[in-house]
Amino acid sequence: MIANYGYKDGSGEYFIAVDTDLCNGCGDCVPRCPGGVFEIILNDYDEKVAAVTDAQRRKLKYSCAPCKPVSDRPVLPCVAACKPEAIRHSW
Amino acid sequence: MAQEFWRWKEYNWHDPNECWKNAKMLTAGVDVGSVSTQAVVMADGELCAFASMRTGSDSPDSARKAMEWALKDTDMKLEQIRYVVGTGYGRVNVPFAHRSITEIACHARGANFMYGSSVRTVLDMGGQDCKAIRCDEKGKVSAFLMNDKCAAGTGRGMEVFADLLSVPLQEIGDLSFQVEKEPPPVSSTCVVFAKTEAVGLLRKGWPKNDVLAAYCSAMAHRVYTLLERLGVEKDFGITGGIAKNSGVVKRLKNEMGLEPLTPRYDPQIAGAVGAALFGRTLALKEAPVQ
Amino acid sequence: MITVGIDMGAKTTKVAILRDGQVLARGLTPTGFDQQEAAEKALAEALGQAGLQKSDVARIFVTGVGRQQASFANGALTEVAADAKGSLLLNRDLRTVIDVGAEEGRAIKCTAEGKVADFAINEKCAAGAGSFVEAMSRALEVPLEKMGEMSLRSKNAVAMNAQCTVFAESEVVSLVHAKTPKEDIVRALHDAIANRIVSMARRVGVQETVGLIGGVAYNVGFVDALRRCLEVGSVWVPPEPEYVGAIGAAVAAAEAA
Repeated sequence: MIANYGYKDGSGEYFIAVDTDLCNGCGDCVPRCPGGVFEIILNDYDEKVAAVTDAQRRKLKYSCAPCKPVSDRPVLPCVAACKPEAIRHSW
Repeated sequence: MAQEFWRWKEYNWHDPNECWKNAKMLTAGVDVGSVSTQAVVMADGELCAFASMRTGSDSPDSARKAMEWALKDTDMKLEQIRYVVGTGYGRVNVPFAHRSITEIACHARGANFMYGSSVRTVLDMGGQDCKAIRCDEKGKVSAFLMNDKCAAGTGRGMEVFADLLSVPLQEIGDLSFQVEKEPPPVSSTCVVFAKTEAVGLLRKGWPKNDVLAAYCSAMAHRVYTLLERLGVEKDFGITGGIAKNSGVVKRLKNEMGLEPLTPRYDPQIAGAVGAALFGRTLALKEAPVQ
Repeated sequence: MITVGIDMGAKTTKVAILRDGQVLARGLTPTGFDQQEAAEKALAEALGQAGLQKSDVARIFVTGVGRQQASFANGALTEVAADAKGSLLLNRDLRTVIDVGAEEGRAIKCTAEGKVADFAINEKCAAGAGSFVEAMSRALEVPLEKMGEMSLRSKNAVAMNAQCTVFAESEVVSLVHAKTPKEDIVRALHDAIANRIVSMARRVGVQETVGLIGGVAYNVGFVDALRRCLEVGSVWVPPEPEYVGAIGAAVAAAEAA
């Protein structure tokens, strides 16, 4: 299942997609994110997977801003931390 | 002041054949949304009663009231219900629920029931959020996207326009088609800026219906881009309050090139239906029925 | 040489008249629905103030969202470029300029020469611009000019969940019904928008001295919230912050010799 967390507003589309078929619930992304965007949950189908927290979901543009400077954007820490490559950013 | 224009019908219904009387197991789903609450009772996976009402200021209270109302004209008692699943915005606030399941999973399951197992893409536009869901033939979610940050495309966004133009919410759809020629959409998706734009259009002499059409057009397009992100696969079904707004639905249909399925029941109950069905599966897992 | 800069904004049109690096006069008018007309009106006001005729002006440059609509302009530049030029003319030490207008928020990293090194824009979403504060002032029934000072009187932090102006209006109304003091609500609102603006500013890298321009700079509560969020000692605000874009356009007009 592809879980897209985030939103689209007048200024753009900001979604973090977690592929729960690839995610193994290892939790490496959780501490690597400087903004505390991720948590590990037991979803509706009783799978232990990563998700974006409720608190951050609605301000993802701002939560992720520190890792997305206008110039010289580095590899995102959450994406780098995820060995199964289950995390993708839409912006 | 906006409340006057917000009047979805509040009602309850029960199966005239009283299918609960011979049921092996009764389950229920309660969907407490930001704007409306639905309670559904199912007998062996068949719909036997439900109620839909506006959510009050207290979620547990709304859940209880909706449940009572669903049972009211039947002789069922809450104690007879084997498993209750809570869902929705205030899903954690259904005190008599055995478990909570997210609205995403419940809407997918509910859509599968309401539209049939051919449904693969579900769009739900609620009072304060907008969800796009891809599911399989069993109603299991394969992809989803939820936006509850931005008011554009939600019932609340529509309410703002209904208020601005002094048009009852339920009339927006029909009025938006009473235009000479379909106008271009408003350029802002942001409700606040679209409102300013609308005022400008009215000043320029645009008739109200044209402004409505322009806004519905912009909303339909916005919602379409959300669906595009997941990829649209037929069959397509719409749930939630805005399913009743033909102004957005018809325009969306034109953009998608896909006719949405006609639901068996009021699309606003889809979440609660899905919850009740989850209840059945979970109860059967715990103790298979003889 | 006398040059004119016109900033054709979404809500207001501003004019600045410049001679040899000095601002001679200013003009401002609500943009309304005819941008060309608003520009002419504001220009007439500024010329009157300076005691000048249109013929005294060597060049007119325009900026702002409505700049395509000014038929009489000799040149145009982006708001970001205009903000940078105008800000540096008024304060040579600025290296980060934040402009919060009615419909857009911008963060600009400037060089010492007034050139744009980097910029980030928050546009088309009311929650990231001045419209947010205005909408909240209506929801709270507090005059816009009083919002700032009210927020400074707050004693308690209040959590705000809504990230959208429309939802925030409802949340604010609920808070008022729950008897939350308005000062605390207003403070929370200013903190919320300041946080959004700062988050955008950090994307270009915040370097002192930081300057705040645009109409929202009049809001002392916002300036305070911005300063706290940026974690700087002070944020520089010019005496008439909404004219900086127009001044920058006039600077560009002078440079175009």
